[in-house]
Amino acid sequence: MIAVLGLLVGVVVGVVLQPDVPLWLQPYLPIAVVAALDAVIGAGRAFLEGTFSDRVFVISFVSNVVLAALIVLLGDKLGVGAQLSTGVVVVLGIRIFSNTAAIRRLIFHA
Amino acid sequence: MPEGPGAGHEDPPEGSREAQRDAVPDRRPDPLPGTPRREEVRRRLRGLLVRPGRGQVAAAVLLGVLGFGVTTQVRANETNDAYAGLRSADLVQVLNGLNAESRRAETELNELRATRSRLTDRSQSREAALAQVRDQASTLGILAGTLPTQGPGVRITITDPEGKVSLNTLLDGIEELRAGGAEAMEVNDTVRVVAQTSFDTDDGTLLVDGQRVAPPYVLDVIGNPPTLAKVLDIAGGFRYDVESSDGTVEVQRRDRVKIASVTSGDDPRFAQPAG
Repeated sequence: MIAVLGLLVGVVVGVVLQPDVPLWLQPYLPIAVVAALDAVIGAGRAFLEGTFSDRVFVISFVSNVVLAALIVLLGDKLGVGAQLSTGVVVVLGIRIFSNTAAIRRLIFHA
Repeated sequence: MPEGPGAGHEDPPEGSREAQRDAVPDRRPDPLPGTPRREEVRRRLRGLLVRPGRGQVAAAVLLGVLGFGVTTQVRANETNDAYAGLRSADLVQVLNGLNAESRRAETELNELRATRSRLTDRSQSREAALAQVRDQASTLGILAGTLPTQGPGVRITITDPEGKVSLNTLLDGIEELRAGGAEAMEVNDTVRVVAQTSFDTDDGTLLVDGQRVAPPYVLDVIGNPPTLAKVLDIAGGFRYDVESSDGTVEVQRRDRVKIASVTSGDDPRFAQPAG
């Protein structure tokens, strides 16, 4: 419940403040968002499986975001930023889908 | 809630999963091996509502961060123009694409211009040809007598009170007028005289193209008026012949002679264009 409230507060704050994304962050924010989404979905699965740990969640959330941004940064430095961004999004997308499927099986057994 | 790898890990180690399954005694076999039973999942979901803990607060904070990030990114994506977030390599690619596009458009433009000028030339030359053909048609129509015509010329009135002016005399006169450059001729405002016009007599009356023509004969002739007036006066010519037959010839020079009558201008039956 509190988690859902937190999500809503974040959305409302984002809508109300309407912050401008700084230029240096622009290539990394979308990847970071996708990575965070992956961490959240993974946490939901772990929670339903009974293996949830807030410590692990926080660490995995932050490390996911930072790692995704770092990979993109490295890709930019190597000159393959666009391709690497695509790769990261694909991998995270696959993880999100498999975790969502696991959650679906846990809740509906289907 | 057992501690262990979980958040962000879609594959917790087998050990923890085994331990967790051992902790809760199974009353009936799992529908899928390795997954918690339905009651357990329900219990955890209910637990979210009744006893929020530290984990929930952490999750709330991180979800708040996620929501903030999502809205920010969505807004940035919607408001920013398409090129703001692109890397230099992407921009170069976009630029190359635009250059190629512009080259293609340029080529197309040139082709279309060439086509347009070709079509314009063609239509202009066709118009010129058409004008020439129209010109020619009207010229030929005047010569063949199929078109009414007008121009400077003379009106010749021939009286024949004694009825002695012969057909041959009249034909001689017409030939003399032709020699003098007559371009169109008309007898008595009714019959056009052309190359095929027939002259005949019937009971003393003149038949021109089968039509009766009674004296006084009036010849409307288009041509150079002084020349036409002069050719009739040559010694032993038309005027002499008519006056020897007790007739008179009167020539009026006119700036504008109108010839309204036309011939039917039938297509030739036998003669075909050659060459």
